[in-house]
Order: sequence, then C-alpha cells, then structure tokens
Amino acid sequence: MNKAVLGIIISIISLAVTVFAVWGGQRLIEQRTAGRSWKTLTGLLLLTASAAGLLIDVPRLPIVNESIRNLFFHVPMWFAMILVMLVSVWYSVRYLRNPSARLDILSHEAAKAGIVLGLLGLATGSLWAKYTWGAWWTPDPRLNAAAVALLIYGGYLVLRGSFRDEQQRARISAIYNIFAFAAAIPLLFILPRISGNSLHPGQTGNPGFNKYDLDSTMRPVFYAAVIGWILFSFWLTQVSSRLALLREKLNEQ
Amino acid sequence: MEASRYKFQVLLPPAVSLQRQISCLPNRLLRDIITLLVKDFRFEWRQRSTLGGLLLYVGSTVFVCFLSFSLRGGTPPAPAWNALLWIILLFAAVNAVAKSFMQESAGLRLYYYTAVPPQAVILAKMLYNTLLLLAVAAVALFLYTVLLGNPIQDLLLFAGNLALGALGFATTLTLVSGIAARAGGNGATLMAVLGFPVMIPMLLLLIRVSKNALDGLDWSVSSQSVLTLGALNLLVGAVSYLLFPFLWRG
Repeated sequence: MNKAVLGIIISIISLAVTVFAVWGGQRLIEQRTAGRSWKTLTGLLLLTASAAGLLIDVPRLPIVNESIRNLFFHVPMWFAMILVMLVSVWYSVRYLRNPSARLDILSHEAAKAGIVLGLLGLATGSLWAKYTWGAWWTPDPRLNAAAVALLIYGGYLVLRGSFRDEQQRARISAIYNIFAFAAAIPLLFILPRISGNSLHPGQTGNPGFNKYDLDSTMRPVFYAAVIGWILFSFWLTQVSSRLALLREKLNEQ
Repeated sequence: MEASRYKFQVLLPPAVSLQRQISCLPNRLLRDIITLLVKDFRFEWRQRSTLGGLLLYVGSTVFVCFLSFSLRGGTPPAPAWNALLWIILLFAAVNAVAKSFMQESAGLRLYYYTAVPPQAVILAKMLYNTLLLLAVAAVALFLYTVLLGNPIQDLLLFAGNLALGALGFATTLTLVSGIAARAGGNGATLMAVLGFPVMIPMLLLLIRVSKNALDGLDWSVSSQSVLTLGALNLLVGAVSYLLFPFLWRG
C-alpha cells in the first residue's frame, strides 16, 4: 500500500484510540462504584508486564544491551502522562463551559497524576541515557520537550498557589491549562522531527506503535505495560480526586 | 501642561476626525479593534516613561554586551551574537508585554466590558504588542549592528524571522500577561514562570532560523521551521481568541 495513505490511516486510528482513551479515562475516574475488575486488571497487567519485562529474552543489540528492558517502563510512563494530561485539559474545557468545583478538582488531580508519571518517565529515561549515551541529560530535542512539559505543569501549580479566591483560581488555571497544552505539547511532537539530529529513537515517522520495530516476544509485553500504566494513571487520579472531593465536603460543613 | 497637550495634538491627528474615519469602517469588530489600538498608542505616548524605559533597557543591555565583548577585541562570534540578541529580545518582550493588562484599573476594565466584545480587546492588545515588539526588535538590531558588528549574511530571512518572533512573542505573552495580571501580587515573576515554558519551543525554532540566516544558508533549509513558526503563531492566536472571553468574564 502507498506509504502516505498508510500514514494517514494510522494517524486516524491513533486519534480515535486517543479520543476513546480520554473518554474512557473520564468514565473510570468519575466512577462511583468500587471498580474492582479494572483495578485487578491494572494490577495484573503491571505485575506481569514488569516481571516479564525483567525476565524474558530480549534481542541483544550493541550499546543498548540489557537496558532495552527499560522500554517496558520508560515509554509507557510517557504515554500515560500525555493521556492523563489530555484528560486534565478536557476537564478544564468542561469547567469553562459549565463551572463547578468538582470539575476543577478533577482537572487539578489529573494534572498532578500527569506530573508524577512525567517525573517517573524522566527518572527512567535519565537512567537509560546514562547507560547508553553516557550522560544523565543531553540537549536532545526530545529531552528538552520533556523538560518543557514539566515546566508548564510546574507553572500551573505555581499559578494555582497564587490565588485566594477559589472560583477565580479554578477559572484562570483552567485557561492556562488549555493554553499551555495547546501551545506547547503539539510542538513537542513536531520539533524533534524538524531538527533531525536526535539520538532519541522514534524521531521520524508516525508516533504510533509500529515504529518501535519490536521483537515479536517484546511486543505483547510492551502493549500490556502501556495499557497497565495508562489504567494506573487513571486509578491514581481517581483516588486523589476522591480524597480532594471528600476534603472539600468536610470544609463546607 | 498646555505645551505637552499642544505637542500631542501636533503628532497625532485630532481625535474627532480620527473617530469619524474609524466609524466609517464596515465591520464592527474591526472598528472596535482600531479604536482600542489607537487608545493604546495614545496611552503609551502620554506616559512616555514606559516606552522610554523599554528603549533604555534594550540600549543598556546591548551596551553591557558591547563593553564585555570589547575586552576580547570587538565583535563576538556569530553564535554568541545570535544567542545574546534573542535573550535581550526575550526579556525586553516579557517586560514590554507584562504591562499590557496590569496598568488598567478594575473600573476601566468594567467600562471596556460594557463597551466592546472581549475578542476586540485581545486582538487589539496582540496587534499593539506586535507593533511595539517590532519597534523594539528594530531598535535592538540597529544598536547591535552599530556596537557589535553585523555578521548577518541573509538579511531578508533574518528580518522576516525577527518579525515572526515579534508576532510570536506578542501573541503568546498577551494572554499570559492577562492571566498574570489576574493573579495579582507577584505579576512579573508569574509572567516568567508561565510564559517561558510556552515560549521555549518557539524560541528554539527562532534561534535555528536566525542561525541559518547568519550563516547565509539556502532558504530551503529553514523553510520547514518558518512554516512551523507561522502555524504556531496562528494556533496561539486562535487559542487566545477563544480563551480570552473566559478570562474577561471574572
């Protein structure tokens, strides 16, 4: 098949998957029941993917060697971060259309879960870089992008801290959340492709799964890890937003 | 007082005839934007301290660069020249745009709210800041050329890139300054904390194109970056246009 057509089809599919994941994530986060089944699934997926990731046979590549196992931890964390931040942005959009304290709390907690996953992704990535490129941090476009994403959400937290009035805090931080995400995050995917001198893998072509050229034994483990980490980020958001909502209720009484 | 009033009227056309010219425009939004733009220029011109402060800021930073490079015999190497120019422009832009919503009182804001749609306010502010930053960039480039030499090999690309930079800085920072003004208290710090992460990707592109222009590389090398910059400016402008009414409502 024509390469361009294939690219378009893959883009449409990944867009649909992303939209579905954001919608499903909101359903899971706002869930009122215990949700034992998907939480069991999350635990199982994470446990098996981590165990298998450390134990299975991996292809022996020069320089990368055994550190290729980090793929099962580092990449899924970034996927989960981007998704949970998208969820946060969507909550902000919903807040602006229909303001309520609940949507503000959900947006804030989703952003915090995203920051946690981003820090984890940064830590694992830094370790990987030390063993393969010889430095904890390099001025690579992709690493700069990761730093920018975390700086934005650091700014978001600082902004939230500088208001006294709760309604104003909710509205203005929602505006900044949407603005910063729209202005910076798409570029983080485009910039590494323009500069073209990145050491980081996956700098050209579509950011879909196909580009990783995974070994057939690695592929299922990788997918399990991706789904597991994404579900974990939703779980984290659910727990922290429940706590925040309960606190809010206590304050009101 | 009387003398300054007289000078003001000589330099700008009389208010009445200008108002009449504006009211002839067909589109209401366009009319509002131009009225606000004229108002912004008049405000700036009346309080020349801010404009003068901005020019002096650019002048003194360039002079400090000149003094420090003169220790090692005149002009800096091209990469340092490039980096310093963009750093000076970045900080000048943050200082210039930070004022755009802070100097207006709550009463004035309420008056605008009843008089014009919020879209007109944000578009007028963006346009005004773009023109202001273009002027600042031109002055900075002139002083730079005079004091630190001119290693630019492709002036047209460099000037176009500078204009895109001014547009990009203005569109990005205008909404951020609105946000920072609402937070009150530490406006200037907040401006940097909120604005810089959003501007880093843009700055990377600008510095890349600027370097290409300095080295006189073919346009095809930088075309992709220039296109991305243009698209980014459009995106940021559109998002600001959509979000500003919500900021205004409070």
